[in-house]
Amino acid sequence: MFLTPAAEEGDRHVLIDRIKCDGHGLCAELLPELIRLDDWGYPIIEPGPVPADLLGHARRAINACPVLALRLARLAT
Amino acid sequence: MIELALRPGPALGPPSRGYSDHVRVHGPLPTIDARLVETLEQSHLLGRGGAAFPVGAKWKAVLSQKQTPVILANGAEGEPLSDKDRFLVETRPHLLIDGALAAGWALGAGRVVFYLDGRSIPSFRRALDERTDASGFAVSIVRAPHRFIAGEETAAIHCVNDNLALPLTKPPRPYQRGVAGQPTLVQNVESLAYAGLIARYGAEWFRNLGAGESPGSLLITLSGAVHTPGVTEVPAGTSVGEVIDGMGGYPGHPSAILLGGYFGGWIDARLARDLPLDPISLRARGVALGCGVIHVLPEGACGVAETAKVIEYLASESARQCGPCVFGLRALADVMTALASGEAGSEDLGLIQRWSGDIRGRGACAHPDGAASFLQSALHTFPDAFRVHQARLRCATCS
Repeated sequence: MFLTPAAEEGDRHVLIDRIKCDGHGLCAELLPELIRLDDWGYPIIEPGPVPADLLGHARRAINACPVLALRLARLAT
Repeated sequence: MIELALRPGPALGPPSRGYSDHVRVHGPLPTIDARLVETLEQSHLLGRGGAAFPVGAKWKAVLSQKQTPVILANGAEGEPLSDKDRFLVETRPHLLIDGALAAGWALGAGRVVFYLDGRSIPSFRRALDERTDASGFAVSIVRAPHRFIAGEETAAIHCVNDNLALPLTKPPRPYQRGVAGQPTLVQNVESLAYAGLIARYGAEWFRNLGAGESPGSLLITLSGAVHTPGVTEVPAGTSVGEVIDGMGGYPGHPSAILLGGYFGGWIDARLARDLPLDPISLRARGVALGCGVIHVLPEGACGVAETAKVIEYLASESARQCGPCVFGLRALADVMTALASGEAGSEDLGLIQRWSGDIRGRGACAHPDGAASFLQSALHTFPDAFRVHQARLRCATCS
Protein backbone atom coordinates (compact mmCIF):
# COMPACT_ATOMS: atom_id res chain seq x y z
CA MET A 1 0.00 0.00 0.00
CA PHE A 2 1.41 3.36 -0.99
CA LEU A 3 0.26 6.74 0.21
CA THR A 4 0.11 9.69 -2.08
CA PRO A 5 -0.70 13.02 -0.48
CA ALA A 6 -1.09 14.66 -3.88
CA ALA A 7 -4.50 15.42 -5.32
CA GLU A 8 -4.91 12.36 -7.50
CA GLU A 9 -7.86 10.12 -8.04
CA GLY A 10 -8.81 8.00 -5.07
CA ASP A 11 -10.78 8.07 -1.86
CA ARG A 12 -9.50 9.95 1.12
CA HIS A 13 -8.78 8.24 4.41
CA VAL A 14 -8.10 9.61 7.87
CA LEU A 15 -4.58 8.50 8.77
CA ILE A 16 -3.03 8.71 12.18
CA ASP A 17 0.54 8.90 13.38
CA ARG A 18 0.33 6.61 16.41
CA ILE A 19 3.60 7.86 17.86
CA LYS A 20 2.46 11.50 17.78
CA CYS A 21 -1.04 10.80 19.12
CA ASP A 22 -1.35 11.59 22.84
CA GLY A 23 -5.00 10.69 23.22
CA HIS A 24 -6.39 14.21 23.56
CA GLY A 25 -9.63 12.90 22.07
CA LEU A 26 -10.82 16.00 20.19
CA CYS A 27 -11.04 14.01 16.96
CA ALA A 28 -13.64 11.66 18.40
CA GLU A 29 -15.69 14.61 19.59
CA LEU A 30 -15.61 16.32 16.22
CA LEU A 31 -15.98 13.22 14.05
CA PRO A 32 -17.93 10.67 16.11
CA GLU A 33 -19.27 9.09 12.91
CA LEU A 34 -15.80 7.71 12.11
CA ILE A 35 -13.75 7.95 15.28
CA ARG A 36 -14.38 6.47 18.72
CA LEU A 37 -12.06 6.21 21.68
CA ASP A 38 -10.75 3.03 23.28
CA ASP A 39 -10.79 2.43 27.03
CA TRP A 40 -7.63 4.54 27.39
CA GLY A 41 -8.79 7.50 25.32
CA TYR A 42 -6.98 6.74 22.07
CA PRO A 43 -8.82 6.95 18.76
CA ILE A 44 -10.13 3.92 16.88
CA ILE A 45 -10.77 4.98 13.30
CA GLU A 46 -13.44 3.35 11.18
CA PRO A 47 -11.66 1.61 8.29
CA GLY A 48 -12.41 2.72 4.76
CA PRO A 49 -12.64 6.04 2.96
CA VAL A 50 -14.27 9.13 4.40
CA PRO A 51 -17.76 9.58 2.92
CA ALA A 52 -18.03 12.80 0.89
CA ASP A 53 -20.58 14.36 3.25
CA LEU A 54 -18.19 13.94 6.20
CA LEU A 55 -15.09 15.43 4.56
CA GLY A 56 -15.70 18.85 6.12
CA HIS A 57 -16.07 17.35 9.59
CA ALA A 58 -13.00 15.21 9.01
CA ARG A 59 -10.93 18.27 8.09
CA ARG A 60 -12.14 20.08 11.20
CA ALA A 61 -11.19 17.11 13.39
CA ILE A 62 -7.78 16.88 11.76
CA ASN A 63 -7.09 20.57 12.23
CA ALA A 64 -8.20 20.42 15.86
CA CYS A 65 -5.63 17.79 16.84
CA PRO A 66 -3.25 19.53 19.28
CA VAL A 67 -0.27 17.40 18.19
CA LEU A 68 -1.09 17.24 14.46
CA ALA A 69 -1.25 13.45 14.52
CA LEU A 70 -4.01 13.19 11.89
CA ARG A 71 -4.12 13.79 8.17
CA LEU A 72 -6.23 13.05 5.15
CA ALA A 73 -4.54 11.04 2.42
CA ARG A 74 -5.47 9.10 -0.64
CA LEU A 75 -4.57 5.45 -0.76
CA ALA A 76 -3.30 4.38 -4.14
CA THR A 77 -2.78 0.71 -4.86
CA MET B 1 21.15 -22.98 28.80
CA ILE B 2 21.59 -23.62 25.14
CA GLU B 3 24.95 -25.07 24.16
CA LEU B 4 26.91 -23.12 21.58
CA ALA B 5 26.46 -25.40 18.62
CA LEU B 6 24.49 -25.18 15.43
CA ARG B 7 23.62 -28.49 13.87
CA PRO B 8 24.27 -28.01 10.19
CA GLY B 9 21.61 -28.92 7.66
CA PRO B 10 21.68 -28.94 3.86
CA ALA B 11 22.90 -25.39 3.17
CA LEU B 12 25.03 -23.74 5.82
CA GLY B 13 27.78 -26.34 6.19
CA PRO B 14 30.21 -26.72 9.10
CA PRO B 15 31.42 -23.80 11.21
CA SER B 16 34.24 -21.93 9.52
CA ARG B 17 37.63 -21.33 11.10
CA GLY B 18 38.58 -18.24 9.19
CA TYR B 19 38.00 -17.04 5.66
CA SER B 20 40.29 -19.52 3.84
CA ASP B 21 38.47 -22.39 5.55
CA HIS B 22 35.13 -20.85 4.55
CA VAL B 23 36.21 -20.54 0.90
CA ARG B 24 37.45 -24.13 0.91
CA VAL B 25 33.99 -25.33 2.02
CA HIS B 26 31.75 -23.08 -0.07
CA GLY B 27 33.99 -21.91 -2.89
CA PRO B 28 34.71 -18.27 -3.76
CA LEU B 29 31.93 -15.78 -4.39
CA PRO B 30 31.29 -15.20 -8.09
CA THR B 31 31.23 -11.69 -9.57
CA ILE B 32 27.87 -10.25 -8.57
CA ASP B 33 25.68 -7.63 -10.22
CA ALA B 34 21.99 -6.65 -10.31
CA ARG B 35 21.09 -9.94 -12.00
CA LEU B 36 21.30 -11.57 -8.56
CA VAL B 37 17.98 -9.88 -7.73
CA GLU B 38 16.25 -11.92 -10.40
CA THR B 39 17.99 -15.09 -9.20
CA LEU B 40 16.72 -14.41 -5.68
CA GLU B 41 13.19 -13.97 -6.98
CA GLN B 42 13.48 -17.32 -8.77
CA SER B 43 14.83 -18.96 -5.62
CA HIS B 44 11.59 -18.14 -3.73
CA LEU B 45 13.63 -17.36 -0.63
CA LEU B 46 11.43 -15.84 2.07
CA GLY B 47 12.87 -13.63 4.80
CA ARG B 48 13.81 -15.44 8.00
CA GLY B 49 13.46 -12.52 10.39
CA GLY B 50 9.85 -13.33 11.18
CA ALA B 51 7.64 -11.81 8.49
CA ALA B 52 8.60 -14.26 5.69
CA PHE B 53 8.58 -11.45 3.11
CA PRO B 54 9.96 -12.50 -0.33
CA VAL B 55 13.63 -11.53 -0.38
CA GLY B 56 13.81 -10.93 -4.14
CA ALA B 57 10.86 -8.52 -4.01
CA LYS B 58 12.50 -6.59 -1.18
CA TRP B 59 15.78 -6.25 -3.08
CA LYS B 60 13.87 -5.17 -6.19
CA ALA B 61 12.08 -2.42 -4.27
CA VAL B 62 15.44 -1.07 -3.07
CA LEU B 63 16.90 -1.35 -6.58
CA SER B 64 14.00 0.72 -7.99
CA GLN B 65 15.01 3.77 -5.90
CA LYS B 66 17.15 6.52 -7.40
CA GLN B 67 19.53 7.14 -4.53
CA THR B 68 22.48 4.97 -3.53
CA PRO B 69 21.20 2.39 -1.05
CA VAL B 70 22.50 1.14 2.28
CA ILE B 71 22.59 -2.53 3.33
CA LEU B 72 21.59 -3.15 6.95
CA ALA B 73 22.26 -6.74 8.04
CA ASN B 74 19.86 -7.28 10.92
CA GLY B 75 21.16 -9.59 13.64
CA ALA B 76 19.20 -7.99 16.50
CA GLU B 77 17.44 -11.01 17.85
CA GLY B 78 15.03 -9.49 20.34
CA GLU B 79 12.95 -12.63 20.72
CA PRO B 80 14.16 -14.22 23.99
CA LEU B 81 13.46 -17.78 22.79
CA SER B 82 15.49 -17.40 19.60
CA ASP B 83 19.24 -17.89 19.36
CA LYS B 84 19.66 -18.78 15.71
CA ASP B 85 20.88 -15.40 14.48
CA ARG B 86 23.56 -15.16 17.14
CA PHE B 87 24.71 -18.74 16.47
CA LEU B 88 24.89 -18.06 12.77
CA VAL B 89 26.91 -14.87 13.25
CA GLU B 90 29.26 -16.51 15.75
CA THR B 91 29.85 -19.79 13.94
CA ARG B 92 29.55 -18.80 10.26
CA PRO B 93 30.32 -15.09 10.08
CA HIS B 94 31.62 -15.32 6.51
CA LEU B 95 28.27 -16.60 5.22
CA LEU B 96 26.69 -13.42 6.55
CA ILE B 97 29.46 -11.22 5.16
CA ASP B 98 29.09 -12.95 1.76
CA GLY B 99 25.36 -12.20 1.72
CA ALA B 100 25.74 -8.60 2.82
CA LEU B 101 28.45 -7.91 0.25
CA ALA B 102 26.40 -9.68 -2.42
CA ALA B 103 23.51 -7.34 -1.57
CA GLY B 104 25.89 -4.39 -1.75
CA TRP B 105 27.14 -5.35 -5.22
CA ALA B 106 23.71 -6.34 -6.55
CA LEU B 107 22.04 -3.11 -5.41
CA GLY B 108 24.97 -0.74 -5.93
CA ALA B 109 25.19 0.19 -2.25
CA GLY B 110 27.82 2.47 -0.80
CA ARG B 111 27.49 1.44 2.79
CA VAL B 112 27.02 -1.85 4.66
CA VAL B 113 25.98 -1.87 8.33
CA PHE B 114 26.05 -4.98 10.52
CA TYR B 115 23.54 -4.53 13.35
CA LEU B 116 24.42 -7.25 15.83
CA ASP B 117 24.07 -8.60 19.33
CA GLY B 118 26.96 -7.23 21.40
CA ARG B 119 28.11 -10.73 22.37
CA SER B 120 28.84 -11.58 18.73
CA ILE B 121 30.70 -8.41 17.83
CA PRO B 122 34.32 -9.24 18.90
CA SER B 123 34.47 -12.49 16.90
CA PHE B 124 32.56 -10.95 14.01
CA ARG B 125 35.00 -8.04 13.85
CA ARG B 126 37.90 -10.47 13.49
CA ALA B 127 36.09 -12.21 10.60
CA LEU B 128 35.35 -8.88 8.93
CA ASP B 129 39.01 -7.86 9.19
CA GLU B 130 39.89 -10.79 6.93
CA ARG B 131 37.62 -9.59 4.13
CA THR B 132 39.61 -7.51 1.69
CA ASP B 133 36.71 -7.86 -0.75
CA ALA B 134 34.65 -5.53 1.48
CA SER B 135 36.96 -2.61 0.76
CA GLY B 136 34.61 -1.07 -1.80
CA PHE B 137 32.04 -0.32 0.88
CA ALA B 138 31.93 1.85 3.98
CA VAL B 139 31.42 -0.99 6.47
CA SER B 140 30.41 -0.54 10.10
CA ILE B 141 29.20 -2.62 13.03
CA VAL B 142 26.46 -1.28 15.30
CA ARG B 143 25.51 -2.94 18.56
CA ALA B 144 21.81 -3.78 18.88
CA PRO B 145 20.42 -3.24 22.37
CA HIS B 146 18.84 -6.17 24.23
CA ARG B 147 15.22 -5.24 23.67
CA PHE B 148 12.41 -7.19 22.08
CA ILE B 149 11.65 -4.47 19.55
CA ALA B 150 15.27 -3.59 18.68
CA GLY B 151 15.13 -5.78 15.57
CA GLU B 152 11.98 -4.19 14.12
CA GLU B 153 13.22 -2.78 10.82
CA THR B 154 12.61 0.90 11.52
CA ALA B 155 13.97 0.49 15.07
CA ALA B 156 17.16 -0.88 13.51
CA ILE B 157 17.36 2.15 11.20
CA HIS B 158 16.60 4.52 14.08
CA CYS B 159 19.37 2.90 16.15
CA VAL B 160 21.94 3.24 13.36
CA ASN B 161 20.91 6.86 12.71
CA ASP B 162 20.31 8.16 16.23
CA ASN B 163 21.37 5.41 18.64
CA LEU B 164 17.70 5.00 19.59
CA ALA B 165 16.27 1.55 18.80
CA LEU B 166 12.61 2.53 18.68
CA PRO B 167 10.21 1.96 15.78
CA LEU B 168 9.35 4.87 13.50
CA THR B 169 6.07 5.80 11.84
CA LYS B 170 5.70 4.24 8.37
CA PRO B 171 5.69 5.41 5.62
CA PRO B 172 8.41 6.06 4.67
CA ARG B 173 9.33 2.39 4.43
CA PRO B 174 12.99 1.43 4.80
CA TYR B 175 13.37 0.79 1.06
CA GLN B 176 12.31 4.40 0.49
CA ARG B 177 14.21 6.15 3.26
CA GLY B 178 16.28 4.51 5.96
CA VAL B 179 19.86 4.79 7.15
CA ALA B 180 21.06 8.41 6.64
CA GLY B 181 17.86 9.02 4.68
CA GLN B 182 18.99 6.63 1.91
CA PRO B 183 16.97 3.68 0.57
CA THR B 184 17.86 0.80 2.88
CA LEU B 185 17.71 -2.97 2.59
CA VAL B 186 17.01 -4.26 6.09
CA GLN B 187 17.54 -8.00 5.89
CA ASN B 188 17.81 -10.64 8.58
CA VAL B 189 21.27 -12.24 8.85
CA GLU B 190 20.00 -15.76 8.11
CA SER B 191 18.29 -14.53 4.94
CA LEU B 192 21.53 -12.85 3.86
CA ALA B 193 23.49 -16.07 4.47
CA TYR B 194 21.19 -17.91 2.04
CA ALA B 195 21.44 -15.05 -0.47
CA GLY B 196 25.22 -15.46 -0.49
CA LEU B 197 24.87 -19.19 -1.10
CA ILE B 198 22.26 -18.67 -3.83
CA ALA B 199 24.71 -16.27 -5.50
CA ARG B 200 27.15 -19.20 -5.70
CA TYR B 201 24.94 -22.20 -6.43
CA GLY B 202 21.89 -20.65 -8.10
CA ALA B 203 18.13 -20.47 -7.58
CA GLU B 204 17.47 -24.06 -8.52
CA TRP B 205 19.87 -25.39 -5.91
CA PHE B 206 17.91 -23.54 -3.23
CA ARG B 207 14.51 -24.51 -4.60
CA ASN B 208 15.56 -28.15 -4.49
CA LEU B 209 16.34 -28.00 -0.80
CA GLY B 210 13.46 -28.98 1.42
CA ALA B 211 10.03 -30.39 0.76
CA GLY B 212 7.89 -27.51 1.92
CA GLU B 213 5.64 -25.27 -0.15
CA SER B 214 8.35 -22.66 0.24
CA PRO B 215 11.80 -24.06 -0.44
CA GLY B 216 15.20 -23.99 1.12
CA SER B 217 16.61 -24.50 4.49
CA LEU B 218 15.85 -22.85 7.82
CA LEU B 219 17.22 -22.41 11.30
CA ILE B 220 15.18 -23.53 14.28
CA THR B 221 15.78 -22.74 17.96
CA LEU B 222 14.41 -25.54 20.14
CA SER B 223 13.82 -24.83 23.84
CA GLY B 224 11.58 -25.59 26.80
CA ALA B 225 10.90 -29.10 28.09
CA VAL B 226 13.17 -30.99 25.66
CA HIS B 227 16.18 -33.20 26.23
CA THR B 228 18.55 -31.18 24.03
CA PRO B 229 17.75 -27.51 23.51
CA GLY B 230 19.71 -25.81 20.75
CA VAL B 231 19.79 -24.47 17.23
CA THR B 232 19.49 -26.69 14.19
CA GLU B 233 19.29 -26.21 10.44
CA VAL B 234 16.62 -28.29 8.72
CA PRO B 235 15.20 -28.51 5.20
CA ALA B 236 11.98 -26.49 4.90
CA GLY B 237 8.99 -28.77 5.26
CA THR B 238 10.51 -30.86 8.06
CA SER B 239 7.78 -31.43 10.64
CA VAL B 240 7.88 -30.00 14.16
CA GLY B 241 7.92 -33.54 15.56
CA GLU B 242 10.88 -34.54 13.36
CA VAL B 243 12.89 -31.57 14.59
CA ILE B 244 12.13 -32.36 18.24
CA ASP B 245 12.82 -36.09 17.86
CA GLY B 246 15.98 -35.37 15.87
CA MET B 247 17.27 -33.48 18.88
CA GLY B 248 16.45 -36.15 21.41
CA GLY B 249 12.73 -35.63 21.99
CA TYR B 250 11.05 -34.54 25.20
CA PRO B 251 10.19 -36.15 28.53
CA GLY B 252 6.56 -36.97 29.32
CA HIS B 253 3.55 -35.75 27.37
CA PRO B 254 3.58 -31.98 26.95
CA SER B 255 0.21 -30.39 26.25
CA ALA B 256 1.28 -27.53 24.02
CA ILE B 257 4.07 -26.14 21.87
CA LEU B 258 4.83 -22.50 21.24
CA LEU B 259 5.66 -22.10 17.58
CA GLY B 260 7.20 -18.95 16.12
CA GLY B 261 8.07 -17.27 19.41
CA TYR B 262 6.14 -14.57 21.21
CA PHE B 263 4.71 -13.26 17.93
CA GLY B 264 3.67 -16.80 17.04
CA GLY B 265 1.34 -18.84 19.15
CA TRP B 266 0.48 -21.90 21.21
CA ILE B 267 -0.63 -25.07 19.47
CA ASP B 268 -1.83 -28.33 20.93
CA ALA B 269 1.29 -30.52 21.09
CA ARG B 270 -0.18 -33.42 19.13
CA LEU B 271 -1.41 -31.15 16.34
CA ALA B 272 1.89 -29.27 16.29
CA ARG B 273 4.02 -32.38 15.78
CA ASP B 274 2.69 -32.93 12.25
CA LEU B 275 3.01 -29.32 11.10
CA PRO B 276 5.53 -28.83 8.28
CA LEU B 277 8.04 -26.08 9.04
CA ASP B 278 7.82 -23.69 6.17
CA PRO B 279 6.22 -20.27 6.24
CA ILE B 280 3.73 -20.87 3.41
CA SER B 281 2.35 -24.21 4.66
CA LEU B 282 2.08 -22.84 8.17
CA ARG B 283 0.37 -19.65 7.06
CA ALA B 284 -2.23 -21.72 5.25
CA ARG B 285 -2.96 -23.35 8.61
CA GLY B 286 -3.18 -20.00 10.41
CA VAL B 287 0.20 -20.46 12.10
CA ALA B 288 3.37 -18.40 11.81
CA LEU B 289 6.92 -19.74 11.53
CA GLY B 290 8.08 -16.38 12.86
CA CYS B 291 11.78 -16.53 13.62
CA GLY B 292 11.80 -20.34 13.80
CA VAL B 293 11.21 -20.91 17.52
CA ILE B 294 9.88 -24.22 18.85
CA HIS B 295 9.29 -24.08 22.59
CA VAL B 296 7.79 -27.08 24.40
CA LEU B 297 5.55 -26.37 27.39
CA PRO B 298 6.49 -28.84 30.16
CA GLU B 299 3.90 -31.47 31.03
CA GLY B 300 1.87 -30.17 33.94
CA ALA B 301 2.60 -26.50 33.29
CA CYS B 302 -0.44 -24.21 33.15
CA GLY B 303 -1.01 -22.48 29.82
CA VAL B 304 -2.74 -19.53 31.52
CA ALA B 305 0.20 -18.95 33.87
CA GLU B 306 2.75 -19.23 31.04
CA THR B 307 0.73 -16.90 28.83
CA ALA B 308 0.45 -14.35 31.64
CA LYS B 309 4.25 -14.31 31.97
CA VAL B 310 4.74 -13.74 28.25
CA ILE B 311 2.14 -10.95 28.07
CA GLU B 312 3.70 -9.28 31.11
CA TYR B 313 7.05 -9.45 29.32
CA LEU B 314 5.63 -8.04 26.07
CA ALA B 315 3.92 -5.21 27.98
CA SER B 316 7.20 -4.35 29.69
CA GLU B 317 8.96 -4.40 26.30
CA SER B 318 6.63 -1.89 24.66
CA ALA B 319 8.59 0.99 23.12
CA ARG B 320 6.13 3.19 25.04
CA GLN B 321 5.49 5.36 22.01
CA CYS B 322 1.89 4.51 21.05
CA GLY B 323 -1.01 4.76 23.52
CA PRO B 324 -2.88 1.58 22.53
CA CYS B 325 0.32 -0.44 23.04
CA VAL B 326 1.44 1.29 26.27
CA PHE B 327 -1.94 1.15 27.98
CA GLY B 328 -3.58 -1.76 26.16
CA LEU B 329 -0.76 -4.23 26.75
CA ARG B 330 -0.42 -3.09 30.37
CA ALA B 331 -4.15 -3.62 30.94
CA LEU B 332 -4.02 -7.04 29.26
CA ALA B 333 -0.98 -8.06 31.30
CA ASP B 334 -2.69 -6.99 34.55
CA VAL B 335 -5.84 -8.95 33.72
CA MET B 336 -3.82 -12.02 32.68
CA THR B 337 -1.78 -11.87 35.89
CA ALA B 338 -4.93 -11.61 38.01
CA LEU B 339 -6.47 -14.48 36.07
CA ALA B 340 -3.37 -16.63 36.49
CA SER B 341 -3.13 -15.99 40.22
CA GLY B 342 -6.74 -16.95 40.93
CA GLU B 343 -8.00 -13.38 41.30
CA ALA B 344 -10.04 -13.11 38.14
CA GLY B 345 -12.83 -10.57 37.88
CA SER B 346 -16.08 -11.84 36.39
CA GLU B 347 -15.57 -9.82 33.19
CA ASP B 348 -11.94 -10.72 32.59
CA LEU B 349 -12.26 -13.15 29.68
CA GLY B 350 -14.50 -10.67 27.91
CA LEU B 351 -12.01 -7.86 28.51
CA ILE B 352 -9.17 -9.96 27.10
CA GLN B 353 -11.23 -10.63 23.97
CA ARG B 354 -12.26 -7.01 23.49
CA TRP B 355 -8.93 -5.41 24.27
CA SER B 356 -6.87 -7.80 22.18
CA GLY B 357 -9.17 -6.90 19.28
CA ASP B 358 -8.96 -3.18 20.05
CA ILE B 359 -5.15 -2.93 20.01
CA ARG B 360 -4.64 -4.63 16.64
CA GLY B 361 -3.15 -2.44 13.94
CA ARG B 362 -2.94 0.51 16.32
CA GLY B 363 0.79 0.81 16.87
CA ALA B 364 3.58 2.23 14.73
CA CYS B 365 4.93 -1.33 14.66
CA ALA B 366 3.29 -4.75 15.02
CA HIS B 367 4.11 -5.17 18.72
CA PRO B 368 0.47 -4.91 19.87
CA ASP B 369 -0.66 -7.16 17.00
CA GLY B 370 1.86 -9.82 17.98
CA ALA B 371 0.70 -9.78 21.59
CA ALA B 372 -2.95 -9.95 20.50
CA SER B 373 -2.30 -12.97 18.25
CA PHE B 374 -0.37 -14.68 21.02
CA LEU B 375 -3.30 -14.18 23.43
CA GLN B 376 -5.78 -15.48 20.88
CA SER B 377 -3.71 -18.63 20.42
CA ALA B 378 -3.69 -19.14 24.20
CA LEU B 379 -7.49 -18.78 24.43
CA HIS B 380 -7.82 -21.29 21.60
CA THR B 381 -5.28 -23.82 22.94
CA PHE B 382 -6.06 -23.71 26.67
CA PRO B 383 -9.86 -23.24 26.84
CA ASP B 384 -10.27 -25.47 29.90
CA ALA B 385 -7.51 -23.78 31.87
CA PHE B 386 -8.97 -20.35 31.06
CA ARG B 387 -12.43 -21.52 32.23
CA VAL B 388 -11.00 -22.85 35.49
CA HIS B 389 -9.11 -19.62 36.14
CA GLN B 390 -12.03 -17.40 35.19
CA ALA B 391 -14.29 -19.33 37.58
CA ARG B 392 -11.58 -19.04 40.28
CA LEU B 393 -11.66 -22.79 40.66
CA ARG B 394 -8.60 -24.65 41.83
CA CYS B 395 -6.26 -25.07 38.85
CA ALA B 396 -4.77 -28.58 39.03
CA THR B 397 -1.52 -27.50 37.37
CA CYS B 398 -1.03 -24.16 39.17
CA SER B 399 -1.50 -25.35 42.73
